[in-house]
Amino acid sequence: MSNTVRGAAIEVAALTKTYKSGDHQVEAVKGIDLRVEAGQTYGFLGPNGAGKSTTIEMLCTIRNPTSGSARVAGYDVVTQRDQVRRRIGLVFQQQTLDLQLTAEQNLRFHADLYGLGRADAERRIAEVLEMVALADRRSDVVMKFSGGMKRRLEIARGLVHAPQVLFLDEPTIGLDPQTRAAIWDYLHDLRQRTEITVFVTTHYMDEAEHCDRIAIMDHGEIAVEDTPEALKSSIGTDRIALRTDDDELAIARIRERLGVEAGVHEGQVTIAVPEGAQVVPRLFTELGVHIHSVTVTRPSLDDVFMTYTGRTIRDSEGPQGSVNPFAGRR
Amino acid sequence: MASRDTTARPDAAGPVDLLPEVRSDMSHQLRAAWVVTRRELLRLRQDKARMVTMLLQPVLFIFVMGTGLGSIVDTGGDVSFRTFLYPGVLATSVLFTAAFAGISLVWDREFGFLREMMVAPISRASIIWGKCFGGAIVATVQSLVLLALLGTVGIPYAPGLILALIGCLFLGALLLTALGVLLSTRIKTIQAAMPVSQLLIMPMMFLSGSLFPIANLPDWLSVLTRLNPLTYVVQPMRHFTLDHLSLTAVEQERLLPHLTWFGWAVPVGVQLLAVAVITLGLISLAARVFRTTE
Repeated sequence: MSNTVRGAAIEVAALTKTYKSGDHQVEAVKGIDLRVEAGQTYGFLGPNGAGKSTTIEMLCTIRNPTSGSARVAGYDVVTQRDQVRRRIGLVFQQQTLDLQLTAEQNLRFHADLYGLGRADAERRIAEVLEMVALADRRSDVVMKFSGGMKRRLEIARGLVHAPQVLFLDEPTIGLDPQTRAAIWDYLHDLRQRTEITVFVTTHYMDEAEHCDRIAIMDHGEIAVEDTPEALKSSIGTDRIALRTDDDELAIARIRERLGVEAGVHEGQVTIAVPEGAQVVPRLFTELGVHIHSVTVTRPSLDDVFMTYTGRTIRDSEGPQGSVNPFAGRR
Repeated sequence: MASRDTTARPDAAGPVDLLPEVRSDMSHQLRAAWVVTRRELLRLRQDKARMVTMLLQPVLFIFVMGTGLGSIVDTGGDVSFRTFLYPGVLATSVLFTAAFAGISLVWDREFGFLREMMVAPISRASIIWGKCFGGAIVATVQSLVLLALLGTVGIPYAPGLILALIGCLFLGALLLTALGVLLSTRIKTIQAAMPVSQLLIMPMMFLSGSLFPIANLPDWLSVLTRLNPLTYVVQPMRHFTLDHLSLTAVEQERLLPHLTWFGWAVPVGVQLLAVAVITLGLISLAARVFRTTE
């Protein structure tokens, strides 16, 4: 008997999930492979509808895969469901606290469900409350908590049973920047003190920078997987955004004179070029369109996301609308 | 730079020593059901307003309706209509609180807490059993306050009687909580849960003989009361209560007629057994539906 995982905390092979939607099959997850090393913080990104949530739900044993296999903390998510459950902590997008109970009662309920002994439970509850700075509020009814406090309490609860893998689905959504930063502080702190593996989805690209590795999922497949640094340098292009009097003309001239496809994104003409700073003077001399402003951006994770999904992470919330200047640049 | 906590074992992924392995599966599931039960009790303690409002209605029934109607009802002896009404109202109060406790599963789903239970290493059946027993205990505890009014309607505080009544109340509460939980496994929204539960509660209350004797009813009404499982909670409770008063033969016939199945006078024990069997069936059904649909 061994509780420990050396090497992979999450191992996914050819994982597939299909749904019946009316009379046709929808393939939400199309045979993905994934490996997350123990102790890593792993970012899982993708537009809405990419299959992210379905994948997480399969890893958390909430849904059964159609085919393929997944092992979490060393156990199979289908055949060893309860073993997996005892070793993972979950924090969902939607809050799942009992608002009528106190912080401590919520945690105790959790400890009891996961079968902790009384002494272990007491110690763990004190520790996790301390960690998320809610120790002085332990006897308060959760209904009185702010959004950020509830979220911190949920993270604390996810840790009560000392999981090996912590799944966080959009842990900072709807929170103010300060609280977001505080939550990442707790996660860093946690990672430094323990060997916990953190699997996190987020819509905030600045948060994805915190991850050791990132996978971007799109259309049910893993589009790319690497470290944030490697992903950014893989793009190798800068982004130039222009405000002009006549966008149509500007795009035509850019195509004609610079040989680059431009698109309009967020009201700005956007192009991708290897050395942005060197292109800027040519824009002024060759376009013949009045230019109000020029911004040159080094590649960010936003650009990585856009390159591989064709959308910015903000666009991905709504219907796909904007022209993608990076299309076809994989 | 991070200074690794020296007490953490390098092979332990959690921040502390690993937890003891789970006890045997069955005891863990029982324990899990008990945890779910205990949450219902904790919630009751947090929600005192609910207790008070839940009590108001039965008190109105006994003292206002009981007194008002008492002036025109001839019980055929010294027993007041209020005394007759009392056990029926006790059962009715449990009907309301228990059905409410049962459908609170819809609230748990709506407010997300159900998910916390669904992803825990426990079986879905233990969630349902815990929810049913928790709800039933809560409803029984709430009705204890009414039970304290025994003396005000002229019934002695006999320990045996009180225990028998508590037993009946618990059984009735379990029946109704199970029904509520069963409904909640199919009904997913709060908007739908309220009217549907009303649709269930009201006929069950009126057709149980809680507010009128089941003697000399027209056939159609007589059949309906016999099909209502709550009748088999109300009748034993009335039986136990009136047993402690000396009834005249006329009173006996008017207030406490024999409950018959095709001419057979069903003993009180069999009535209660029938309720227990139906209740267990409902809980098992709820657990099965829950497992396949949630």
